[in-house]
Amino acid sequence: MSRENSLVSAQWVEENLDNDKVVLIEVDEDTTAYDKGHIRGAIKLDWTTDLQDQVRRDFVNKEQFEALLSSRGVGNDDTVVLYGGNNNWFAAYAYWYFKLYGHQDVKLLDGGRKKWELDSRELTDEVPTRAETSYTAQEQDHSIRAFRDEAVAAIGVKNLVDVRSPDEYAGRLLAPAHLPQEQAQRAGHVPTSINVPWSKAANDDGTFKSDDELREIYGAAGLDDSKDTIALCRIGERSSHTWFVLKELLGHQNVKNYDGSWTEYGSLVGVPVALGDEPGEA
Amino acid sequence: MCGATQGGLSLDGVNVAKEAVVQGQVLRDGEPVGNAYVRLLDSSGEFTAEVPTSATGHFRFFAGEGQWTLRTLAPKADPVDRKVQASVGNVAEVVIPIG
Repeated sequence: MSRENSLVSAQWVEENLDNDKVVLIEVDEDTTAYDKGHIRGAIKLDWTTDLQDQVRRDFVNKEQFEALLSSRGVGNDDTVVLYGGNNNWFAAYAYWYFKLYGHQDVKLLDGGRKKWELDSRELTDEVPTRAETSYTAQEQDHSIRAFRDEAVAAIGVKNLVDVRSPDEYAGRLLAPAHLPQEQAQRAGHVPTSINVPWSKAANDDGTFKSDDELREIYGAAGLDDSKDTIALCRIGERSSHTWFVLKELLGHQNVKNYDGSWTEYGSLVGVPVALGDEPGEA
Repeated sequence: MCGATQGGLSLDGVNVAKEAVVQGQVLRDGEPVGNAYVRLLDSSGEFTAEVPTSATGHFRFFAGEGQWTLRTLAPKADPVDRKVQASVGNVAEVVIPIG
């Protein structure tokens, strides 16, 4: 993969607003953001109701994903362009999710909703209608999804990249600071995981840094690109952002996103946990 | 004076005793700015969180003890940095005028 295949600019999106083969999809942490205004022609996916199973903690299954995209009018050969708030956290999560179910042509809008707004580009509250399709998904591609046992087995063996903020990594905060801090799980990080906050990969306006800058950041942080990598955060959305950087922009092989992330790991009985700013021992 | 500051964001439903709240309002010429982004940076300048302002220009963070920087981005304005001290059990109110 490369930047050209996986990322589009706000300018490109503006020039393709009337392109029928391009489906713009907004995915936000704040699921009401779309309703207050969105890019013309964009549809909405709600990560809490559309993309999560409503009983178990897991994703919707293949059949549910097919039904979802069919009903929203997304075709298998459409170019899906995802964007959202929070520097594309949840859009990157949806990007990874579309890849998980084998969608071929999916891209992120560089900078997401914030860049679009800071550029003073147009938003509308008009909700488009798209004709229903018959979408076919692939089986989940587990070469990009890590589960808890793999995360535990990776301690001291693979690159574990914890992309939360330094205070969450060290155990001083339990959640991103725009959320209340009272949580059930223990604080800290997986021993031997390195802390490269997702935000290191983005400029203030939410766009990604250049490939050279990105290589420098992960190299300096001690990421060994001869090893397999598992990215994690709190619930798997910020780590999707870093998964996107490592896999899609920098072209690393064997990068997985651990969507269980800290809310799962920090609740496991008996696993090792490291506190403080250092990675800790295996 | 205790409780919510005049003009401040309501703290209904927030367990203030357990949180180090940093909140406030972004203003341009005294008017609320509803399309700004406020970033919370830690004492080393590293990003910790970001929120879009509400229609009334308000924002809120649940921080930890210590000094933080609020960086505000808005259309057609230069970024503005404001330092703020947070502590558990207190609400730090910050008004941020932008150019």
